[in-house]
Amino acid sequence: MKIENVPVKGLSSDEYEKTLKISWKPTLQYAWDNGIGIGKYLQSLKEGKILAAYCEKCGRIMLPARAFCEMCFRPTDKYLPVKDTGTVNTFAICHVNWDASRLKPDEPRYIPAVIEIDGASPGQGIMHLLGNVEPAKVRIGMKVKAVWKPADKREGSITDILFFEPY
Amino acid sequence: MEEESIMKERVAIVGIGVTGFSSVSPSLSFKELTYTAAVKAYHEAGLHPKEIDSFITASEDFMEGYSIFDEYVPDQMGAVMRPVQTVTADFIQALGIGCMMINTGRFRTIAVEAHSKASNVKTLNEVKAFALDPVYIRPLKENADFLAGLEMKRFLEETGNTEEQCAEVIVKNKANALNNPYAAHAASLTIDDVLSSPPISLPLKELDAAKPADGAIMIVLASEKEAKALCKKPIWIRGISWFSGQGNPWCRDFAYADYAQLAAQKAFAMAGIANPLKDLDFAEICDEYSYKELQHLESIGIARKGEAGFLTQTGVTKLGGLLPVNVSGGSLGVGHTYEASGGMKVVEAVMQLRHEAGIRQIPNAKTGLVQSWRGVPTATGAIALLSNE
Amino acid sequence: MGFRKVAIVGAGITKFVRRAQETGPEMSYLASKIALDQAGLKLKDVEMVTLGTAPDAFDGVHMKGEYLLSGAGGNNKPYIRNFVGGGTGVFAPIHGWMHVASGACDVCLVVCSEKMSSCHPHPQGAFLTIFDHTTEQPLKPTLIWIFALEMRRYMETYGLTKEDIARVAVKNKNNALDHPSAQVAEAVTIEDILNSEVLAEPVHRLDISPASDGAAAVVLASEDVAKRLTDKPVWIDGVGWNLDTAYWATKDLYYPRYVEKAARMAYEMAGITEPHKEIQVAEPYDPFDYKELHHMEGLLLCERGEAARLTAEGYTARTGNLPTCPSGGALGVGNPIAATGLMKVIEIFLQLREEAGKRQVPGKPRVGVAQAWGDLMQVGTVIVLRR
Repeated sequence: MKIENVPVKGLSSDEYEKTLKISWKPTLQYAWDNGIGIGKYLQSLKEGKILAAYCEKCGRIMLPARAFCEMCFRPTDKYLPVKDTGTVNTFAICHVNWDASRLKPDEPRYIPAVIEIDGASPGQGIMHLLGNVEPAKVRIGMKVKAVWKPADKREGSITDILFFEPY
Repeated sequence: MEEESIMKERVAIVGIGVTGFSSVSPSLSFKELTYTAAVKAYHEAGLHPKEIDSFITASEDFMEGYSIFDEYVPDQMGAVMRPVQTVTADFIQALGIGCMMINTGRFRTIAVEAHSKASNVKTLNEVKAFALDPVYIRPLKENADFLAGLEMKRFLEETGNTEEQCAEVIVKNKANALNNPYAAHAASLTIDDVLSSPPISLPLKELDAAKPADGAIMIVLASEKEAKALCKKPIWIRGISWFSGQGNPWCRDFAYADYAQLAAQKAFAMAGIANPLKDLDFAEICDEYSYKELQHLESIGIARKGEAGFLTQTGVTKLGGLLPVNVSGGSLGVGHTYEASGGMKVVEAVMQLRHEAGIRQIPNAKTGLVQSWRGVPTATGAIALLSNE
Repeated sequence: MGFRKVAIVGAGITKFVRRAQETGPEMSYLASKIALDQAGLKLKDVEMVTLGTAPDAFDGVHMKGEYLLSGAGGNNKPYIRNFVGGGTGVFAPIHGWMHVASGACDVCLVVCSEKMSSCHPHPQGAFLTIFDHTTEQPLKPTLIWIFALEMRRYMETYGLTKEDIARVAVKNKNNALDHPSAQVAEAVTIEDILNSEVLAEPVHRLDISPASDGAAAVVLASEDVAKRLTDKPVWIDGVGWNLDTAYWATKDLYYPRYVEKAARMAYEMAGITEPHKEIQVAEPYDPFDYKELHHMEGLLLCERGEAARLTAEGYTARTGNLPTCPSGGALGVGNPIAATGLMKVIEIFLQLREEAGKRQVPGKPRVGVAQAWGDLMQVGTVIVLRR
């Protein structure tokens, strides 16, 4: 058996422009029930705290807060706030927007990072953005601290933390 | 070729867990909902998830509001770093995959879950319309239920079943649901209530369409050897089959449900069922729209063509009748749970066969049929035959 | 109880392109038809069908599996769609294996199809919705973030350079020059990769496989049927799959532990105890160049941290000790997500039958492995084929 004359015609962008197409812009809206674990997590963010959950069987202090320990398969024993400082586990310097459009030269770069939060078990990180730092100066192992929105602007969202900055 | 079968090795249900059903479920996230169902199922099965060989989730991205929903399934099943798969299918199809896996001889126990958080889908009609063929149907900008209206019209015309008989289905099922503590949409209605309900896509009226509900279902399957060791009352899957009929709606014969007919033939052969009306003690049939119960009964061969409405009117399919259909209340009475809807029927069947169905209990229930359909615009569905012997 | 043997007896594939004229169902049909013709079978001989395709958001159809079914031979058949993110391309034949190994049927058609170009303005945008809607999406992440985060962690853990990583893209894009389906085959050099636009440091544009449209299909048969159809059946010797936690930021990204678990599951079934010696040709998933290295280690084809050095030494070239991605991989052939994984399985199938043409690796390989990866750094799907 050989693969030789494989079918399917690829269109150049010009040809694509001229091709008969149908477009559809759906309205897909959802309102997800947060439930217990995430509900508490978001409520804590509104209060300016990062909330973790503790399982006494495995001893893990987990982020984000959750109602059950997925490894021991039992309900978590308590919720507790952890610090709002942490260590950069890994990071990237991003030049594109979520829809693949390019950032303009004068727009600041996105610096997403996985930040291992102090007070949670080792390796328990959350993804967030870094700010108030020159991209070239970011390092794995860097110590960072959350910069919060003012209390009256917080909504109970991960964006209640604006970003993490070095300290 | 010799007759092939998924079920050369017998497979049993050894544990079920249900959380539901309700119009809304704001206190629990989908993960927590599924976790509570899983805890109950594993408890019944006497198994820790670490002891279960593989896991299957039935779900659709756009019903969850996620791309690649598979990402979000393992934790609440206790299946982190285990063999987990997602199928975009009905629960009974997923159960079929589980039966196949056990029959490969390499898996002893499989956990299958599905859930509905339909209440979280704010633009449910748009999501349903998003399933329509983008070139041939969607541009008509119709509410997706119009396909059910078309089919209902053709079905009634060709078979001679009537709108009133469809209304009888609704009255029966919602009344049955009054006996079901899990039901979300139980009601005591009259035929007039149904016939005077506002139109969706005539002859389809509002009350002809099941309302959605939230809930989660987990079922644990085991091979025969495991089942006998684990469980006092294993419920055997005697036959299981799924089919897709004609994929393009504009080519369909709307009078009957080809997928149901094909699946029934195969499943009955596996289970050795020759005369469903006689051999079955009950049936849980997909009634996402009222006329579907009649259409499915005829396509499966429980009723002859044109007869299903008459069977309903004369009480053959009521609790206490010759072949009770949708004693649970069906989707019309319990609520429609999309990918989990087949699961709701399996749960009812298991409870009946364990003789644990309380006031809904069908005396001496031994063998039951469960049937699912994936909804508009599909011609896909599955059938399973369960028994306690 | 004896285990039923399952073989691949035919394969079909389309061109992988950025924007196909054909629809998803049409591409599915084209690939399936070739596979059936190759196997000497007709659609009526197919008893069951399983289809793999990645997010519905790409094609822009809810219940995408139902939309594709008439093109995938699903009419009037037991048909089901499997969906494990990027792992789907290798999971689909595993799913097919379940259909035949269980005794449910003797002939199963496995189809993978993807039409990413339907998604506007760019399919990349659809990846926003793979992130947690509550704890991550508000930050407006893109898929590139998570790869860049993992790539940096991997590089820093082992002290790798960008050149070490780019070498994989060079190998694969060059290898793909010999693949008829190839979308982005090019005789590139390391400089070309590193001169390409930086999208998210440390990831350059040419480190990434493109968005693609394409389809592939294989026909699986039970032992008796396979032996009647072909004198070169390729046996599915081992299957494995594994899904890690949704909380991806709580594990160290430098090593794909879920790929190792999936690999061990497949190797155990295949009776392979020393994969680095017994596997003779490999197709790990390479949506980004560093992923090939990451996955080689997860597949236990080499020690952790060694994959880059081995690549530099030519170990993974077509003429090397362990030819890796001789097809050209996703980086060279293209990445229509689900179809890519199946393309890799097809490559091993052809290599083991010595039918890979200019891509053929020497030494008459008899055992090969194909692997796909998916979700949020979570899924490993592995298949071991033997001639």
